[in-house]
Amino acid sequence: MSDAVNERPPLLAVTDLNKHFPIREGLLIERKVGEVRAVDGVSFTIGYGETLGLVGESGSGKSTTGYCILQLLKPTSGSVRFEGTELTTLGREELRRMRREMQIVFQDPYSSLDPRMTVGDIVGEPLIVHGIGTRRDRSVRIRELLDVVGFNPSFTNRYPHEFSGGQRQRIGIARALALSPKLIVCDEPVSALDVSIQAQILNLLKDLQRDFGLTYLFIAHDLAVVRAMSDRIAVMNKGELVEVGPAEEVYKSPKHDYTKALLSAVPIPDPRAMKERKAARRKLRHALAEGV
Amino acid sequence: MALLDVENLSTHFFTREGVVHAVDGVSFSVERGKTLGIVGESGCGKSVTALSIMGLIPVPPAKIVSGRVLFEGTDLVRLRERQLEDLRGREIAMIFQDPMTSLNPTLTIGTQITETIRRHYDVSQKQANKKAIELLEEVRIPRASERLDDYPHRFSGGMRQRVMIAIALSCEPKLLIADEPTTALDVTVQASVLDLLDDLRHEHEMAMIIITHDMGVVAEASDDILVMYAGQIVEQASTLDLFDNPEHPYTEALLGALPQIEGVGIREGRLTAIPGRPPDLIDPPAACRFGPRCPYAGGDSCTETMPELRELRPNHWVRSAHPTSERAGARRPERTPA
Repeated sequence: MSDAVNERPPLLAVTDLNKHFPIREGLLIERKVGEVRAVDGVSFTIGYGETLGLVGESGSGKSTTGYCILQLLKPTSGSVRFEGTELTTLGREELRRMRREMQIVFQDPYSSLDPRMTVGDIVGEPLIVHGIGTRRDRSVRIRELLDVVGFNPSFTNRYPHEFSGGQRQRIGIARALALSPKLIVCDEPVSALDVSIQAQILNLLKDLQRDFGLTYLFIAHDLAVVRAMSDRIAVMNKGELVEVGPAEEVYKSPKHDYTKALLSAVPIPDPRAMKERKAARRKLRHALAEGV
Repeated sequence: MALLDVENLSTHFFTREGVVHAVDGVSFSVERGKTLGIVGESGCGKSVTALSIMGLIPVPPAKIVSGRVLFEGTDLVRLRERQLEDLRGREIAMIFQDPMTSLNPTLTIGTQITETIRRHYDVSQKQANKKAIELLEEVRIPRASERLDDYPHRFSGGMRQRVMIAIALSCEPKLLIADEPTTALDVTVQASVLDLLDDLRHEHEMAMIIITHDMGVVAEASDDILVMYAGQIVEQASTLDLFDNPEHPYTEALLGALPQIEGVGIREGRLTAIPGRPPDLIDPPAACRFGPRCPYAGGDSCTETMPELRELRPNHWVRSAHPTSERAGARRPERTPA
């Protein structure tokens, strides 16, 4: 799992990351009877300005990996280094400062925005939390951020429920950009959106990356979406990283059987090609003899 | 005569905000043993179309305001609820998107399958149980006979959808309506459920309507495709013809907006986003509903009159003043920012 050696150290280095959740039983006296290895010995790096796509099916541990990197969940063990700083051992206050550098965009633009806050308050909240600028500075910055993500800045006093899913996701992205972070973890940012809106948001994320030199960890279950966004791709299955490599290579000549099964299962909008694919995936499924 | 003939179906929702034209003048037919795909984005009316056929729309606020749904010549819209109940499950069955909520969590799988069988056939519980086991085996649930007494929570999402399919098949329906049957499932599970549906419809010579937002799913599962937009059919063709020669600017744009899994320059390139979003279906404009987002809409007829659904060539229908083949020499629009 070694990546090409760059002269500059990577922005993010994750080494042997583990997150195990205990399974407890018993009503009065709980005892641990086992554990779920949600993330199991995961290592990868992300370079400056790069997008690493993290794909896998539900329960593969891809989102948990994202949360562990941002320290939103405390990893059981392992190391997460951001620009050389070890995050897992940082104290509360140090971590808070580091969070300016790392932000997250969530999947569901319906539940990830506080319905009682106005658009302006949502986007400006990170600035207040980190004590940045005066009230007037912030108001200028909020309009600028909304403009950047293609959201009409004159709607700052409206509430999230007044907007469609695509527009809400733009608000979520503006909030993530507020502190000019270096890394954004995008956790299924378009999976709740329709295809035509999805394309708008993916294009926006591409533009922002180009304009601001952002680095993305792009988590998604949709293999075509991940392909569109990523330089390199990491495939997770049952908590483990089964394959990492340049996007084109992973898709063209997948090495791991799970990656092969995953890729062969994707229905593609080409009825002629689907015939072959259907035959191929049946074969693979039998080979893997993997019950549903 | 086709198995199902939907003629000029309109279903509206009468809400406080106004009348929502959810389905507006939809006509199509399904031949015996064939699969029709209905594809479109959220709110295009594809599910309401299915529910209207089944007589399952919530009345009020919804109401079928016009049209006929002829199933083997009988107009389902005019049937009484009681008569519809005899038909549902037995002649036309339906499976839904969410296998987590469409089974009753308080009843065993066995009970839920046999109640459908016993509703429609005069058989003993024992005979019904035997049939249930056969059905579970047919949808490839391992150790079927041991699983009749299990409750739904013991089954994974993919397995629950298989149970739903078993229930749907229990009375050998002539038509199966599958509303986003694999949307809630992981991609590998989706593939196996689609393969299962494909096998079953051949074995049972069953017609199917598969409703989905996923162009990939319709591409592999259907013989013919309807593309819906804002409550209307905008394009209708055989699957091959639709993908080889999409005519409606919306279909074209939808295909362009899909990220590709194979090819060059994918990472660097941009997707062809469709600007704007679908119109409000309360009081929709009398003009072309895709007009405001259409790159070809000009000052001509598009903005004033509603284009008719017309047969551009045999078995290829389109509702647009500017279908691809009539834009001679016209190039696809430049890849523009959203």
